[in-house]
Parts: sequence; structure tokens; C-alpha cells
Amino acid sequence: MNSAESSPRPGPRVGLFVTCLVDLFRPSVGFAAVKLLEDAGCTVEVPEAQTCCGQPAFNSGDRATTEALVRGLIDAFEGYDYVVAPSGSCAGMLRTHVPDLFEDDPATAARAKEFAGRCHELVSFLVDVLGVRAVPAQLERHATYHDSCAGLRELKIKRQPRLLLEGVAGLTVTEMKEPEVCCGFGGTFCVKYPQVSTKMVDNKAADIEGTGADLLLAGDLGCLMNMAGRLARRGSAVEVRHVAEVLAGELDAPPIGRPAGA
Amino acid sequence: MQPTSLAFQSKAAAALADPNLQTALGGIKTGWQRGRILAADRLPEFEQLRDQARDIKNHALANLDFYLEAFEARVLDAGGQVHWARDAAEARRIIQEICESAGAKTVTKSKSMIAEEIGLNDHLEAAGITPVETDLGEYIIQLRKEPPSHLVGPAVHLTKDQVADLFEQTHGLPRTDDPTELVGQARTVLRQKYLQADVGITGANFLIAETGSAITVTNEGNAELTQGLPKVHVVIASLEKVIPSMEDAFTLLRVLARSATGQEFSAYTTVMTGPKRQGDLDGPEQFHVVLLDNGRTGMIGSKFQDMLRCIRCGACMNNCPVYLAAGGHAYGWVYVGPMGSVLTPQFVGIESAHTLPNASTFCGRCEEVCPVRIPLPNLMRHWREEQFKRQLVPSTVRYGLGTWGFFARRPALYRLATRLAMGVLGRLGKKRGRFASLPLAEGWTVSRDLPAPQGRTFMQQWRQRQRSRP
Repeated sequence: MNSAESSPRPGPRVGLFVTCLVDLFRPSVGFAAVKLLEDAGCTVEVPEAQTCCGQPAFNSGDRATTEALVRGLIDAFEGYDYVVAPSGSCAGMLRTHVPDLFEDDPATAARAKEFAGRCHELVSFLVDVLGVRAVPAQLERHATYHDSCAGLRELKIKRQPRLLLEGVAGLTVTEMKEPEVCCGFGGTFCVKYPQVSTKMVDNKAADIEGTGADLLLAGDLGCLMNMAGRLARRGSAVEVRHVAEVLAGELDAPPIGRPAGA
Repeated sequence: MQPTSLAFQSKAAAALADPNLQTALGGIKTGWQRGRILAADRLPEFEQLRDQARDIKNHALANLDFYLEAFEARVLDAGGQVHWARDAAEARRIIQEICESAGAKTVTKSKSMIAEEIGLNDHLEAAGITPVETDLGEYIIQLRKEPPSHLVGPAVHLTKDQVADLFEQTHGLPRTDDPTELVGQARTVLRQKYLQADVGITGANFLIAETGSAITVTNEGNAELTQGLPKVHVVIASLEKVIPSMEDAFTLLRVLARSATGQEFSAYTTVMTGPKRQGDLDGPEQFHVVLLDNGRTGMIGSKFQDMLRCIRCGACMNNCPVYLAAGGHAYGWVYVGPMGSVLTPQFVGIESAHTLPNASTFCGRCEEVCPVRIPLPNLMRHWREEQFKRQLVPSTVRYGLGTWGFFARRPALYRLATRLAMGVLGRLGKKRGRFASLPLAEGWTVSRDLPAPQGRTFMQQWRQRQRSRP
């Protein structure tokens, strides 16, 4: 596991789990993740047979579809040293929930546990596993960071993104009053209970605006799209990006929900 | 109480439009939520205490039959009586019989969620017996003919002004909004009731197997007056309240008040063991314990066993962003917030309450603060599995999920479909970078713009990049 110190050996072979939202909505986050991993000495591959971590089915109570999807992922990521996702929510699914699946199938359950142990969220993987302490990024902006729930509570991601953001030249980070309170996304929750979800994301938007920051960062695209969507609807000028884009210095794509050249 | 949990969505919407309720709910954040954090910070061993609390409850549940029989034996030794009630109807009948044999016209009650669970007040009233709630919050909601909206603060949904209006109408005194005067008014009314009552009914936070005692905690001292003044005292408690020893109770008490209100200890901790003994200056002549099952033994060994650890502190709701937006009444039955979203389907059936385990983003804050570490989101997910199995998921959701699952299980087909869809959406959204409305996405776009996809999927671009790499 101490691959950072054993530099003469080739770096770990990482399978990137892109996540469905990054694949479909914001590929630039995926490329930022690849850059961060390669800069840290990893060999990055992207298995073709991946689609989704199964969370929408899992949280809708559909265990059969969940297990079918997870079986596919276990096969797709066979043999990689690590499986890394630019999302605390998807990584949380793979790392903390997958080991509890396949109750009636001990052979697959054993494979699932082994697979889960190799799964990591991107930023915590860089800091905790690879020992990265700083990235050579630069950005003259005033940002605030939202702790997405699954990353925070299932994977204990809190200090890792802050540590790396501290090292970004020119960047100031101001904490919200309640950075750990849910933004109201919750997957299908936001469309099942739109009024409650709106109230939650409104509280979050007010907290974000209260920091005076002009840039909102987080590690999960679902939450980011929810907050960006509400901030835009409120007419807020705060821009929204995935933390990996800032850390990788990959800022060519316009902020989430903004047109090119704006 | 007839469950109205299926109306969660519309009730939550109404709650969000009610400024009084939103003000009242805001007080939970600055009060109890903050209080818990400060109390936990002041106690270095708080996290270890939570582990101990969890372990005590787990041990008691694993040996429930043993500790219940021990408890019963000690109650009998102390001169009390134990009544076993399989369900709500049996518990109501037992309590009615105790009241009738005491010739009771009025009974005082200190706060009991089990009494709410079995609908005791309505039943007693129908039998010609007047129940009088003595907890201030319960007294208020009894006057308003409302169910509790919170485990610890049943009237937490009301502002001080609303209580001032209520008391002006009820007490016939000049209106005051001074909290001390309002409490004074209620106290004056209730003092008389304590002295008139023929039977006193209390709940129990814990039942102690080694001594046959019931323990309640209050901040008003009303449990003492309810159990000590009438001739007959009835404790109504559910089976899982039993724990081995007094020492265990004090470990649990150390996390209970801190988790609930941020107090180190509640103002009153009342230990009630048997009727008045020879030489005692006061106390009831009869001591009854009604032990309610109501489906709990069926939870033992099931996926929901962990829920039986619950000590009813309310921390899960105080910290739940959904509860704090929707308030307790939106949950439509006795138990509210995350713990209610797990318990209500258990008691009223998933078909009448499947909205509740879905009313969660699974943000995990409830589990994070639960003093006995109940994995509430996992338990809510188990109910969603049950809902899915029994085909209680709306057909549109089921169909959408099925279609998505069909493609997600077939990566090549999924690539093709998503490449086409994102290509179209990307072109449509290019100019503004987002959509203000989009067919089939109203649930999202009703209050948020939908960020447009960048156009070409990651997998599409990655494949191209691999080809162009040497």
C-alpha cells in the first residue's frame, strides 16, 4: 500500500470508475481525475464494461438489479490494484454497501468484499492511499466547500479535499456555517419530494451565498448539479465546479450549468 | 390513530407554507441540535458511552425473555402486578379494567409514547374516563386535539404566541405571552387535577430487571405527581424497555438527555418500584405494569431488530433536514422523523406508510447522532426493499427504474443510447448551459435549472483519446 515511497516500482494500476453522471453530464471531471491520478504516478485505465454503481436501484429497494449491476462491475474491475471514482456517493456504495450484498451467494459475496476493499473516492485516495500532500494547481478565487453526505459519513472525507485546496495557489476557502448539512439532492428524493428538497437546497444556497465565496466546490456531481441548478434559478452569481477540476487545473470547461464563454 | 402517512408529500408542502411552524422548527436547530453538540463536546467519553449504550441494549434484546421474566418476578416481589398485552387492543382493555375497578373518573397521565401508540386517550374517553395530560407539551396538544409532533417536545410545532392564544381561550384569563406566566397557568390547572385523579398513568424510559423498577425522566416533575398522588399507578411500557440493571440505566441516562436536549441530566429522574410500603408517607396503593408487545417480538431476529435499541431521545429528528422542513405531523402517525420512518411501517403496515422510508436523502445524520447507533438509513432502505417486493412502488417509477436498469446492465447498448441522448441534450443546452424546463424532468426543474450535459460522453471521448495515443 505504500506505493508513494516505493517509487522505483511502476505506480499502481488504477481502474477509473467514471460514474454515470460524470460520464453523461460532465466528462471534464473524469479527465481531471485521470490527470490527478497520472500525476500521482498511477497507470489509469477505464474499463469499457462499466455503467453505474447500482445506487439508484439499491436505494429504490431493487436488490435484483443492484446485484446484477454490481456483478458486472466486479468483473469489469477484476485485476486492478484500485478502483477510483470521482464521487463519494458512488465510492460509498461500492466500498460500504457492496460487501453487504449477495447474502445468498457466498462465492460472489467473497468477491464483492475483496472488490469493495479496492474501491476509493478520488480525493481521499490521493491523500490517504497515495500520500499526496499538495497539487501544483493555481486559481485566484474565493471558494467554499460542501461536504457531500455519503463521502463525509460513509467514507470520512472531510480534511482530504481541504488539505489539497489549501495548497492551491491563490485560492481562499471560506467555510459555510453548515457545510455538513445535506443539500437536498438524495438521488430520486429530489424528484419524489421536490418541495422538501427545494427547501433544503434553498437553505444550502443561502449558506453558500453567506460565505461571500464566488465558487462552490464539492466532490459529488449529483449534489453539485442540484446546488448549481438552484443557485442559477435564484439568479446567484456563484459558480459551481467539481473539486477535481480545480485540483487538476482543468478549468477549460465552463462551470456547471453555465454556457461556454460566459 | 388512523395513519395518514401516505399524504406525506402534501402535508410537507403545507408545512413549508406555514410560517408559524417554520419558526417553531427553526428553534430546534438553535436549541436541541446545538445543545447536543455542546453537551457531547463537554464529555470526552461520549463516543465510548454511545458504544456502551448500544451494547447494553443489544445484550438486553438478545436475552429479552430472561430479563422480562426477571423483571416480572421483581415487580411481584415488590407487591406490584404485571400484565402482558399482545397488542394495542389488549393493552387498552387491561388499562380500562384497572381504571374501572378503581372506580376512576379521571386519570392523570405523564408523557407516554406507548399510550399514543395504543390510542389510549380516545379509548378512555369513550369509556367515560377523563384522561388529563400533565406534561406541558402534552397538555397543550390535548387541548388542541392534536397528536404529538416530536418524541421529546410533543408541542414543538407551536410558537409561544400560539400557546398564548390557546391558553387565553381555554383558561379564560387575560392573554399573556410571558412563558413563566403561561407555565404558571397550566400548573394551577394541573395541581387540582393531580389531587382529583383516581389513577395515574406513566410511561417508562427504562424497566430494570434486577429491581422491578420503572424509570421516567422529565423536566417538569409531573411523573412524580402522576405516580405518587393517585391510589393506583399504571406503568405502560413496551417490552424492549427492559434492561438488566440500575447501573445500565445510568449509563443510558448519560447519553439520553445529552442526545435529546443537550442537558447533562433531565431535571427529574423518577425511579418507581412497587406500591407504597409500610411506613411510606406517600405513594400509590396499587402498582401495575402493562407490558406491550404490539409486534415487537416479531422484530427480534428480523432486519429491523436494531430499531428496538431506540431510547426515544429525538436526536434523529432534531438533526434530520427533512423533519426540520416538514415537521412531525407530516409523518401522519405517532412516531415521526427518521425513527418514525422505520417504526411506522412496522405498526401500520408498509402499504399505509411507504412514503416515510422514502422521505430521506440518506444523508446519514440520524445515524451519526443516534446515541445507540441505530443504522437508520439502512433500516429505511430495508423498508424500500419491502415496498419494491410488494409492488407498492408507483408504476411510473417502476417503469423508469426498469428501463434504466435494462440499459445499465448492457454496457454496449447503454453507451449507444447515452451517446445519442447526451448529444441531443448537449446541443439543446449549449447556448444557456442549462435547462429551465425539460419534459419528464418537472420534479427537478420546478425549482431548479438542470445543468446541460457537455455533449460527448466521457466514454466516447476516452475511446477517441486512446486511439490517438501512440
